[in-house]
Amino acid sequence: MTNIQSAAATAEAEGPLIPEGLPTEPRKAKPAWRSLNFGPRMWISLGIIGFVAALAFIGPLFYPYGAEEKVGSLYDSPSAEHFLGTENFGYDVLAVLMASARNSIIIGLLAGTIAVLIGVAIGVLAGYVGGWVEELLMGFTNIVLSIPPIVILILISISLQSTGIAFLKGVVGLALVIGIVSWPWTARAVRAQASSVATREHIDVAKLSGARTPSILVRDVLPYLASYAVMAWVLQLASAILLESTLSMLGLGPSGANSLGKQLFWALAFQAVATGAWWAFLPPTIVLTMISFGLLYLQSSLDEVFNPRLRRGKKKNLAKAAARRAEAARKLAENKPVEAIV
Amino acid sequence: MTGILMRASNLTAVYAADSGKDVPAVDNVTLEVPEGQIVGLAGESGCGKTTMGNALAMIANPPLYVVAGTMQIDDEDIDLSTLARGSNEAHRPYRGSTVSLLPQGAMNAVSPTLKVKNLVVDVMRAHKRDTTVAEAMDRATDRLKMLEMPTRVLDSYAHQLSGGMKQRMVTVVSTLLNPKLLIADEPTSALDVSSQKALIEMLLAMVEKKIMRGVIFITHDLPVLSMVTDRLAIMYAGKIVENGPTEELVNNARHPYTSALLSSVLDPTEETRTKHVLGIPGSPPNLANPPTGCRFHPRCPFAMDICKHEEPAFLHERDHAVACWWANDHAYQTVPMEVNQA
Amino acid sequence: MSEKDSLAPRPATGQPVLSATHVTKQFRVAGGHITAVDDVTVDFHAGKVLAVVGESGSGKSTLARMLLRLMPVTSGTITYNGNDVTHIKGAELRAYWRDVQAVFQDPFSSFNQFYSVGQTLRRGMGSQGLEKETLDQLIETCLGYVGLKPADAVHKYPHQLSGGQRQRVMIARALMMNPKVLLADEATSMLDASLRVSALNVLQDLRANLGLTVLFITHDIGQACYLADEVVVMEHGLVVEHGTTDAVIFEPKNDYTKRLLADVPDLKSSLKVRNR
Repeated sequence: MTNIQSAAATAEAEGPLIPEGLPTEPRKAKPAWRSLNFGPRMWISLGIIGFVAALAFIGPLFYPYGAEEKVGSLYDSPSAEHFLGTENFGYDVLAVLMASARNSIIIGLLAGTIAVLIGVAIGVLAGYVGGWVEELLMGFTNIVLSIPPIVILILISISLQSTGIAFLKGVVGLALVIGIVSWPWTARAVRAQASSVATREHIDVAKLSGARTPSILVRDVLPYLASYAVMAWVLQLASAILLESTLSMLGLGPSGANSLGKQLFWALAFQAVATGAWWAFLPPTIVLTMISFGLLYLQSSLDEVFNPRLRRGKKKNLAKAAARRAEAARKLAENKPVEAIV
Repeated sequence: MTGILMRASNLTAVYAADSGKDVPAVDNVTLEVPEGQIVGLAGESGCGKTTMGNALAMIANPPLYVVAGTMQIDDEDIDLSTLARGSNEAHRPYRGSTVSLLPQGAMNAVSPTLKVKNLVVDVMRAHKRDTTVAEAMDRATDRLKMLEMPTRVLDSYAHQLSGGMKQRMVTVVSTLLNPKLLIADEPTSALDVSSQKALIEMLLAMVEKKIMRGVIFITHDLPVLSMVTDRLAIMYAGKIVENGPTEELVNNARHPYTSALLSSVLDPTEETRTKHVLGIPGSPPNLANPPTGCRFHPRCPFAMDICKHEEPAFLHERDHAVACWWANDHAYQTVPMEVNQA
Repeated sequence: MSEKDSLAPRPATGQPVLSATHVTKQFRVAGGHITAVDDVTVDFHAGKVLAVVGESGSGKSTLARMLLRLMPVTSGTITYNGNDVTHIKGAELRAYWRDVQAVFQDPFSSFNQFYSVGQTLRRGMGSQGLEKETLDQLIETCLGYVGLKPADAVHKYPHQLSGGQRQRVMIARALMMNPKVLLADEATSMLDASLRVSALNVLQDLRANLGLTVLFITHDIGQACYLADEVVVMEHGLVVEHGTTDAVIFEPKNDYTKRLLADVPDLKSSLKVRNR
């Protein structure tokens, strides 16, 4: 398989060294990343994520009711004015949903980014330097990894709730906690890749050129990890949002702020399931599912973007090309040339 | 078709490039393999020899499409084209039993968790589903003994074997079904000279014992070809430029490209110490936009006006064929070696 | 081991520019050690091409990496112009790398695929404090040595060049530092025969025009025959023969060398003889 690819690559990328009677190509070269293209998966996942983001950030600008506005009583059914009815406090469910989605996404973004930054930093250092540094860092990573995250999160959350510092109790505090706990698997994945990149010859060439270690890490190692880092970030987002919902559902969520998990918490506390008030627990569940699925699907579509071999190409282009080929075949069959070789 | 095992006629295979245009990697090539002979297919990177091997072995997969071509082997006429929907199924019965491909890098592609004997059973079952383990083992041990290879190989994992032994093992496995034609793609490239010799001796023995009735040996290594082949076909830019008995080609090269290739051979002799070889100026052409007329003309020391406009037809001199305008003007003359040296 | 070294008469000249003295490299594996390079002593003399020939597993590439100081030695010394460079680090090491450069086997993975040829050539030159024009001039000169024009190459990315062009750019990159020693580690192995010959010619020219000392690591004794003044043959980490090219190839004394030469397929004399 490799040889087929390389033959095609050589054939395509060629141009004579000494132009003799052949047209030379004067246009500027295209850098490698320009040839990325987005497949249908990516558009679908971006659509889903976009919808939820719009719900969270743009919705409140247009929706007449606020998330803390008492507009009815306990579990009013959905009506023309309140599309999803009211929840246990009498607030409009849709308004609360929008606020919750916004907070959940913010927590996910913060926590995911923190986790990826820590994970990539530790992974690159461990993978590139190797030796005892790697042993030390990976040992530490394994320790953090083996402690059940829920336990740590519960313990830290409880102690955070009882501190006096305001912002730590809310959304930011929770995001920090989740981020600090979920970086290990990113670190492991990045370390493996960094370790492999460190053995590549271009690193030796960079060293011979006199480049120093920080420059090598940034220019020669990180670009090769970019695809891993981006995919890891997307997955961390999804996992952070789900972790936060779990915590909130257990009552350990950000105090004073809504989140999708919190909505479920209140729904459980006020027995929405038993009373049949589906509008209290179904919408947050669906939105949670949508955002998680959207992110996971996005991650798999990124795989296609970064790994050209998985690309399947635009369907209509494939059909056109096939038609052209069939035409060429027909022509060849018609004017069958005289024997070429004995 | 007396004395000819296989004849492939008017073979054209293209690659679907990202730009949408098709790049012809093999352009209207005809090749014959006489009964009981080893035919060499020589050329440098990008000339299309591996593509041709894949097309003949009927394992071409998109983005490689075989647009036209027929294979006559024994009494069968096989359509090699892969454009039609059913072509994959139509080719299946021939793969491995009529034509078998030993791909480049095969020795490194064996599953690391399979012992060789499991590989043997897999291969035999692919052709006949009810082959018992005992039958497969019998066949394998007989074959190994016939070729003077140690039978302990069956109980080993691929990574436990040395490079040379691995390649020989893989060659044996790919010919267990006694294919009529074996296509070996660069089987000696990754081997040390001593292992190369052992593999070549094994291939010669296999043909002598009629395990295969013909071999196409694809490589860029001319000295190896002179050791193992009866006939030689030189490929350049998707076309065959010269074809004839190996000894004839080596001593009486009629095409300037063949002559240049021969002069680039560096063996440890007195002549190599003193000679200064000129490589071939320029580089192989972009197959998406090949030169007009003779494809070699931009790099040829003998290029004439006609070479730029008209593609040379084949000139047959006894069993030696060459496609070159200079050769047409200088019947039976060897290309003077001095043109390749300073 | 010194007995093996004195098998062939060592060409006597002045002080060698680069030497390995009793260099050993061992790798720790499960259950013990693997000795990749076993007490090797070799000298490289200025302005000459020395080929280190060996099959896979002979230790030649490991030796090359130690000479380049990309891999630490287990024991022994590496000397450059009389100075012990075995354990240098930091600024000293970077200074060493201005004088000793290398070209590796795989022309594609030697490149950072995200940067253009121009950016790769300019790497590390910032510390030299050259002006833009001087730098551009230097790039043009170095590319010129390998037969490339800046207009054709500088803006291109590695995947847009052919294998032969990439390898030439790598040689040009090595020359940017104005080195005294160039180490070519199987630099021609992945090239086609005609490109190989061109690359070897480039190395020969560099030696003739710039007085470079060239260390040519290869498994192909034929290439050594074409290019080198001296040949060192390695087997399983040991130096088994060392002498002038003529001596080693036409009057080999060691059995391994003899077998190596005998196994090389010779174009004309190995033509198949078949009885029909």
